[in-house]
Amino acid sequence: RGGEKEEEEEEGWHQLYPGHIPTSPLQKALLAAGSAVMALCDPYRHDMVAVLGETTGCLALPNLRDKMKNHPEGYHILQERPRIRLSTLDMARLRGLPDGSLGREYVRFLEDNKVSPDTRMPPKFVDDEELAYVIQRYREVHDLMHTLLGMPTNMLGEVVVKWFEAVQTGLPMCVLGAAFGPVRLSTRKLQVLATQLVPWAIQSGLNASCVLNVYYEQRWEQPVESLREELGIFPPP
Amino acid sequence: YQVFESVAKKYDVMNDSMTLGVHRVWKDILVHKMNPSPGTLLLDVAGGTGDIAFRFINYVSSVRERQLQRKLKHHQSLSWQEIFESYQKDKFNSVGDSQVVVCDINREMLKVGKQKAQRLGYSEGLSWVLGNAEELPFDNDKFDVYTIAFGIRNVTRIDLALQEAYRVLKPGGRFLCLEFSHVSNPLVSRLYDLYSFQVIPVLGEVIAGDWSSYQYLVESIRRFPPQEELKAMIEDAGFFKVDYENLNFGIVAIHSGFKL
Repeated sequence: RGGEKEEEEEEGWHQLYPGHIPTSPLQKALLAAGSAVMALCDPYRHDMVAVLGETTGCLALPNLRDKMKNHPEGYHILQERPRIRLSTLDMARLRGLPDGSLGREYVRFLEDNKVSPDTRMPPKFVDDEELAYVIQRYREVHDLMHTLLGMPTNMLGEVVVKWFEAVQTGLPMCVLGAAFGPVRLSTRKLQVLATQLVPWAIQSGLNASCVLNVYYEQRWEQPVESLREELGIFPPP
Repeated sequence: YQVFESVAKKYDVMNDSMTLGVHRVWKDILVHKMNPSPGTLLLDVAGGTGDIAFRFINYVSSVRERQLQRKLKHHQSLSWQEIFESYQKDKFNSVGDSQVVVCDINREMLKVGKQKAQRLGYSEGLSWVLGNAEELPFDNDKFDVYTIAFGIRNVTRIDLALQEAYRVLKPGGRFLCLEFSHVSNPLVSRLYDLYSFQVIPVLGEVIAGDWSSYQYLVESIRRFPPQEELKAMIEDAGFFKVDYENLNFGIVAIHSGFKL
């Protein structure tokens, strides 16, 4: 019983950030497998997608973090650690911005699809607090991806965004989501997906600079089209 | 309390996953050991989702049915009630005057239990009471049997729960406790620890979206008094002929005592 007491104490003392649950490699492997199966069986378990991302991101996350560190704007973000939350966003002001601006279109997206930035899961199983922030940032920026790509939150739209994110971030969770997401789509939608949307998403993803290197909170007034051009995202079909 | 509130709805699914269904066998063994005869009044404490209660009902109903068949065969004098019942060939496994009171501190668990009872068709001989094992809402000397299955571990003052158990039992009544206990075999112990600490919280996260409640569960099992210590505590509460039976190398133990 001495061994597990140590384990207990270690696990308690190594909490690196609030909500952090330290896990052994075996636990991570089991979590990755379990969450993958559960996410496929029950698409409403968004928490399982999140867990899958955290347990499989050990290569992609440091990669992303380094991309951010080496870019002036990305570095800025890592320093200041901005969070996109309803409490920090001035929704009234954003709504007042001109049509076509990032802020106005983002708010329109949230309202049209009835989503909120506050429903993103905080990370639990990432064993580095900077990387925990990186994955948190990736989650909070997801809705902005929808806005930039002009994709709604239905199954089809989500899959397209996942393809884009898979190319951009290399996160295994995105790759799996992109590959298995289409399983639940009708053939008609699959056709549109395969012939038009996915190639466009991949090309844009490859062409664009890292989307995590954009300090969105300082660019609400910028027109979406101009931001697309700046990043290198091709206009949606 | 909050641990079980969040746990209530997925309780049964989690039990099956964590124990790979073996918990059903453990509970069957408990009721078999109890060997209740028809007319028994059972108090099942921390009985939440009704597993023990339903097994009790099944057991006394089948005993009763067998008694009835025997009486019919030997043309013994039957009461009108029994004759009536013998014509109900289908699911009317009548409980007769046996009764089980399910007592739990948690409303959510009782709710799930009631829904289950309805779904499985249990209606007679069952009551559901909200109550605290340390301070039961019952009079002295009321019950024939008191059971607590996987519940005593979560009671803050085990000694108080045991005293209450003694109080509400009739003289001659039996105390039965089914609980996780200690494994002395070193190999089994290592495997059990590995499984408990590595797999169970993961199952909790994947199935119930709740890592911490199941981490708590595993830790609370380790903190619980081992077989001999629990036996001593039961004796302290006044019970006689206290004994225990290990199941699965001591992963689980059934403690039994009598109020004389």
